[in-house]
Amino acid sequence: MLAVLTVANKEFHDGLRNRWILAISVMFALLATGLAYFGASASGQAGFTTLSSTIVSLANLAVFIIPLIALMLAYDGVVGEDESGTLLLLMTYPLNRWQLLLGKMLGHWLIMAFSTVIGFGLSAIIMGLFSENTTWSELFGPYVFFIICAILLGWIFIAFAYVISASVTEKSKAAGASLIVWFLFVLMFDLSLLGLLVGTEGNVNAQLFPLLLLLNPTDIFRLLIIGFFADQQLSGFMSIAQHAHFTLPILFTGLITWLIMPVILAITIFNRRKL
Amino acid sequence: MIVELENVEKHYQGVHALQKLNLTLKQGDVLGLFGHNGAGKTTTIKLILGLIQASSGQVRVFGKDPMGDNAHNLRRQLGFLQENVSFYQQMTGAEVLNYFAKLKGCSKIQTTALLEQVGLSHVAKRRVKTYSKGMRQRLGLAQALLGQPKLLLLDEPTVGLDPIATHGFYQSIANLKEHGSTIILCSHVLAGVEKYIDRALILGQGQLLAEGQLSELSQQTGLPVVVHLKGANLQLPDHLHADATWVNNGVQLRVSQQEKMTLLQQIMAISGLEDINIQMPTLEDIYTHYTNQLQYAEIN
Repeated sequence: MLAVLTVANKEFHDGLRNRWILAISVMFALLATGLAYFGASASGQAGFTTLSSTIVSLANLAVFIIPLIALMLAYDGVVGEDESGTLLLLMTYPLNRWQLLLGKMLGHWLIMAFSTVIGFGLSAIIMGLFSENTTWSELFGPYVFFIICAILLGWIFIAFAYVISASVTEKSKAAGASLIVWFLFVLMFDLSLLGLLVGTEGNVNAQLFPLLLLLNPTDIFRLLIIGFFADQQLSGFMSIAQHAHFTLPILFTGLITWLIMPVILAITIFNRRKL
Repeated sequence: MIVELENVEKHYQGVHALQKLNLTLKQGDVLGLFGHNGAGKTTTIKLILGLIQASSGQVRVFGKDPMGDNAHNLRRQLGFLQENVSFYQQMTGAEVLNYFAKLKGCSKIQTTALLEQVGLSHVAKRRVKTYSKGMRQRLGLAQALLGQPKLLLLDEPTVGLDPIATHGFYQSIANLKEHGSTIILCSHVLAGVEKYIDRALILGQGQLLAEGQLSELSQQTGLPVVVHLKGANLQLPDHLHADATWVNNGVQLRVSQQEKMTLLQQIMAISGLEDINIQMPTLEDIYTHYTNQLQYAEIN
């Protein structure tokens, strides 16, 4: 366990040193504050809008950005060390392969969690200070919920990045594969579901179709946020999900499963990796 | 025994990286491992480090399987420096060494002492990115010396080092040997290494070409001793004319190593002799001899 923490600590400090943490935090803070302030401008208003609409639009953006950041952060986790020769060296140390992988992943998870808390937390504070129609107590619960979901989503894609990184032998291939994974989960999956709906002219099994959404962690993330702010008018095919009535525990179990699977897969692949 | 290899073979998808290798190392031995690229040097080192499994045969380090359950404890007593390691560019030298020290379970006091020992104290707080090739190599050596390892494996340790740094490096090898460390030195830079190794092992295309003390190997090769006699008017005895080549300022005699002493006694009596220079076969000559033999065997 000590070895895992040593590696994680080094990785986290790398995140501080090369400004990843700063960059992600600033980006999240600007995004969240900007959305809160200008989110209503489409309907002709300026100033802070209601909390629930802010968070739902934030979630819609986060679903694109968080996976991208997570993949970019961690795609070279294994393959980068291999290319610089330090992987071979580390393997001659009293350190198991799973300890190294888990340590590195934990480090990246900490970077993601830390930046998410700072970034979105900051925007919550700004909103609390300057918005007239929200109070601190109203603000707290939703933001905590949103931050937890966002962190989980980031962690899942960091685990994906490690699956990729442990499988390939070159950094450039890892970068390419990460882009494909992002494209598949963030864009393609939803588009295919939409295509399915259009193609069948909506004649899909109303019981079964929403279950398909559980096959994509980004959709589970959306469902969680929407579920929390159920008063919102839903647009697009997300409205189908309202028929499904997934409970919070089911959705969280879904996310956790999506987190554990790639972690196990990454360790298994890394254990077989040739040095 | 520190290291034992018994009939060890390693194949990679049809390629025989190593064939029937036998090797034993006692405590305090310094072994030079030589060979062209792809001769099996790195494979041998990886086998001893327990990074790869032998296809057949037995590998034992400190009497145990380096890939077995004891690997964890075994690795605390191993030091390794590989070729071309670039470390973490964003970290300072001290941070890099502290990280590796923590993983090996060594104290922080030791890292300071090691940085001092390899002459990096003055740049310890600078980022590795700014280091010269030689400084990186020395940082690598400091890393290999963490935890006072009983067995050190150094792969091309002097590549990129200037002559002074190389000398300093070999000096530290000699010191370690005195303190009882067993060392495997893998290199294709042959000049200068002779003085510091007890034995040499020459590999070629995964096969053992020669193994033993340098003096033994030198005799086995049957390479001649070259004696250079300097003098303007040398009166060479008749029976020496066969071995002689005339050069502008004297004579070059090539004789077998056994004849060396008899010859030396004879030439002292030659009139007109101004100077003598005796050239024994170097490690490079021995190495070239064995690798050429392999190539010759292949052609036939």
